[in-house]
Amino acid sequence: MLASLVGFLGDFDRAEEAAQEAFALAAQRWPEAGTPSNPGAWLTTTARNRAIDRIRRERTLAEKIHLLPATEAVMDEFDETVIKDERLELIFTCCHPALALDGQVALTLRALGGLQTADIARAFLVSEETMKRRLTRAKTKIRATGIPFAVPDAHRLPERLDAVLAVIYLIYNEGYSGRIDLGAEAISLGRVLAELMPDEPDVHGLLALMMIHHARRQARFSGDDLVLLEDQDRSLWDLDEIAAGRAVLDRAIGLGGRGAYVVQAAIASLQTREQIDWPQVAELYRRLAELTGSLVVELNRAVAVAQAGDPAKALQAVDRLDLDSYLYFHSTRGELLRRLGRDAEARAAYLRALELATTTPERRFLTGRLEQL
Amino acid sequence: MRYALMIYTEAGYDEGLSEVERAAMLGEYAALFDDERCVGAARLQPAETATSVRVDGGRTLMTDGPFADTKEVLGGFCLLEADNLDEAIELAARIPAVRFGGTVEVRPVVQR
Repeated sequence: MLASLVGFLGDFDRAEEAAQEAFALAAQRWPEAGTPSNPGAWLTTTARNRAIDRIRRERTLAEKIHLLPATEAVMDEFDETVIKDERLELIFTCCHPALALDGQVALTLRALGGLQTADIARAFLVSEETMKRRLTRAKTKIRATGIPFAVPDAHRLPERLDAVLAVIYLIYNEGYSGRIDLGAEAISLGRVLAELMPDEPDVHGLLALMMIHHARRQARFSGDDLVLLEDQDRSLWDLDEIAAGRAVLDRAIGLGGRGAYVVQAAIASLQTREQIDWPQVAELYRRLAELTGSLVVELNRAVAVAQAGDPAKALQAVDRLDLDSYLYFHSTRGELLRRLGRDAEARAAYLRALELATTTPERRFLTGRLEQL
Repeated sequence: MRYALMIYTEAGYDEGLSEVERAAMLGEYAALFDDERCVGAARLQPAETATSVRVDGGRTLMTDGPFADTKEVLGGFCLLEADNLDEAIELAARIPAVRFGGTVEVRPVVQR
């Protein structure tokens, strides 16, 4: 509804105001007059009419003349097909790279996710005032700089779609640390996008990745402690969501998807199998490392190589990485050295990791590993 | 909408170019400035030629050099008439200086 109003009015604030008025009117009228046959269309049409009235009033006030005749607002009859689905335009406007990234995230959650400003503020651990300012800054820039309310042309689309996916994934990863369920918000945004762009493999790839990860959220933490994949209680996994995520992944691959999200989803999918095919996981990490050039991905690849049965080769690969300030670099080295029976070196590596630990669960995990040596 | 594109480059960013490359670049600038959406444009002389002027208590104060002492300096500008920010950004990205590490700042102009 908001998407169609922003499209129609070309202004976020007017659209929000009009939507609120329409809901208020519905609360007043529907109990007596009965709920209309198409409540969504009633609300949208009412909101549009209200907004038009308001614009007319403002214009009239400003010009002190009555040029525009007041029209009868028709609220009972409308053709549903006239109300265009403009959510895709709204997504691309909210995720325009000319906006600050935190503004893109906030606006996407507000305008598309329908979240209240206070809830968004809480999720990102900032005050409501700060979040309000962030939203205002983004909306003002859209208006002042002429950011279009449109789906980008074909030649700009790949780049702009990457930006949209990055925002959704960022929202997903915020939810990962378990405050309010931004993970579920991100997945529903991903679903909307997949419905609106059914032929884009990366859209399905990202959605699959988020679903498969999200399905394991209950098993990932024990209290505050992070539970490693191999130690997770699989009975806590949401098997239906995993199956649904795999179906989305199949669609992404069927569409020719070979991008980073698709590869990550494929890795996540393999890791939910009863018997994990570690050589295959290592191969997928190799591809992901090629796509991203990330050393952390190389580290994960080494872990998969070790799981596939070759900790010595994995250690060689790890020792080539320049990740000295990264906790998991040292804890991974510690684990590999332990498996190779080099306990003294393993201890040194775990101690180095402990120096880098910043949270209590991390410290607890590493102390536990040291005690097991 | 009208936009100002302000082109910032490091001094001497084009010094390493051959005659042919330089001619090609000037050709690109000329094509851009001839674009009907471009309503005004100028390339500026090097920043060493700048004089910064202020007025304090009726006295005109002058300083040799540009206003901000930065590595990148304003090297030119262009006024555009474009439908929206995307169109302005597309033209900004076509400015040759961008290829040589320069930055173009895009700002909407206040309409009178």
